[in-house]
Amino acid sequence: MTPIIVILIYLGLLLALGVFSSRFFRGTSADYFVASRSIGPFLLLMSVFGTTMTGFALVGSSAKTYNLGIGVYGLMASYSGLLHSACFFLIGIKLWAFGKKYGYVTQCQYFRDRFESSALGYVLFPILVVLIIPYLLVGLIAAGSAIKGLTSPVIKPDGTVVRPGMFPELFEATNGAIPPWLTGLVIATIVLIYVFLGGVRSTAWANTFQTIVFMITGVVAFTLIANALGGPAAASEAVLERNGESMAREGKISTLHFFSYAFIPLSVGMFPHLFQHWLTAKSAKAFRLTVIAHPIFIMLVWVPCVLIGVWALGVPKMDGTPANAVLGKMVAVLVAQPIVTGILFAGILAAIMSSLDSQFMCMSTMFTNDVVVHAKGQDHFTDKQLLWLGRSFVIAIVAVTYAISLFKLPINVFDLGVWCFSGFGAMFPIAVAGVYWKRATKAGVIAALIATAALWLGLIGYDLFVFKEAHPKEEFLLAGMMPAAALFATCLITLILVSLATKAPDDKTIAKFFPKAIAK
Amino acid sequence: MNNKAIWIIFVLLFFLHQDFWNWDNRGLVFGFLPVGLAYHAAFSLAAALLWASAVKWAWPSDVEAWADESNDEGEASA
Repeated sequence: MTPIIVILIYLGLLLALGVFSSRFFRGTSADYFVASRSIGPFLLLMSVFGTTMTGFALVGSSAKTYNLGIGVYGLMASYSGLLHSACFFLIGIKLWAFGKKYGYVTQCQYFRDRFESSALGYVLFPILVVLIIPYLLVGLIAAGSAIKGLTSPVIKPDGTVVRPGMFPELFEATNGAIPPWLTGLVIATIVLIYVFLGGVRSTAWANTFQTIVFMITGVVAFTLIANALGGPAAASEAVLERNGESMAREGKISTLHFFSYAFIPLSVGMFPHLFQHWLTAKSAKAFRLTVIAHPIFIMLVWVPCVLIGVWALGVPKMDGTPANAVLGKMVAVLVAQPIVTGILFAGILAAIMSSLDSQFMCMSTMFTNDVVVHAKGQDHFTDKQLLWLGRSFVIAIVAVTYAISLFKLPINVFDLGVWCFSGFGAMFPIAVAGVYWKRATKAGVIAALIATAALWLGLIGYDLFVFKEAHPKEEFLLAGMMPAAALFATCLITLILVSLATKAPDDKTIAKFFPKAIAK
Repeated sequence: MNNKAIWIIFVLLFFLHQDFWNWDNRGLVFGFLPVGLAYHAAFSLAAALLWASAVKWAWPSDVEAWADESNDEGEASA
């Protein structure tokens, strides 16, 4: 019970922070959606890092390591450290410049202007929303699994009850564990409240607070778990003895499969909420800290999580644990201090919520600006009406996502996150073309978007409802590579072929987006 | 170090990411870190160093200057 009380106190603090930061809300739609371009380097780093390090990074990485071994760090974390900053450097800063020069607030606004096409926004918007939904689901499922792991009974293989469920009378159906539907509801409601109150400013402050919380608690969790296992050396030796193949990549993942994960981090080039974060930077200099610190911050979170995931394989009590529950159960079983356990779980929830808030905020902004205002015109609505339109859409998205989370999907958090990133990463050629290729046309971009989205829907459907039924622990590959490779190739080839076969953009547009200072 | 050097190092790091020589190595560094994990943790540090160098020697100041010029173009037209 004590850990749950600690978690509730944390959630209360988060709400209080959201209320406090909303007092700085200036009441305008510009401030709600873009915090009036006043967010500096430290808040930007915390915000970007907090958004990208999600339930996927904490719950997902340990879950995937439990199945696949230590190679998980190399496939995601170290690639991300190299490629995320490359994307920020190559594309992010230029997009910031366009945003500042021409006043863009959303990704759709930029692409519509760049490719001279109003229709492009109506094609891009639903695709972005559909791709974000798995990302939101990662958050809700990860939170539900973690809290369920914390509050579940611990039973030995011989049937001996080591620890009963935390609330046996309240939640009989789950043997005393808090059911995931309740955790999801609480998390979604709290995020909704502080996003509702203060928009981007609240999410930036909340992200900063939560990023600090989850980084500190991650290191603490790692230290306590390591100590409970007799020290890091003993923990690793135990795994070598029981499950040695998980300490290397041979037999677990092929070199081609490993290489093809390179397409996943390219997703930052098209993540709509990152576009918005780029737009909220005070100046380009605000990116510098992010570009340098991002690889280090990823390392500080992922190394402990991967070690916790692999060390679980050396602990007999953990045998048979569902992968998504590994992190929660390792903390619950090995950390014998209820207050510390509560703080550690608050850290896990912090990571999850710091991503959810940005997604909700981002989609609210896109819907309001790219669909409603674009269709009806700026003068059709008052500022207050725009704010309420944005808030209403947030509520609708939260409700839809929560409803989906109630279904038991045959996929773990890591793989669900990877599907989301694969979709965004596949569209990376469009982001690059926008900044570097004068010959890219609106027809090429629209065709590439539709082809990529159609293929993504087909492949994720096949994975979820056909492949995973027969191979629940295996990764779905195409020609030995991640599906992201095929999606990327589809987008790239379609973009090039259709662009070259259609009319080139207007000279005025080229001059606007390729001025001498940027056209290198 | 100039812009070209930064991107050469980037490409080099990209290929060094594929550490096939560590694939079946179950050894431990510092007594507890699997070699495959230790190598990639060091890779992350190398990436941070690369980007610190890029910020110092290859920062696109001209892009900043262009964006900070007074804006006669006005708002987005689409």
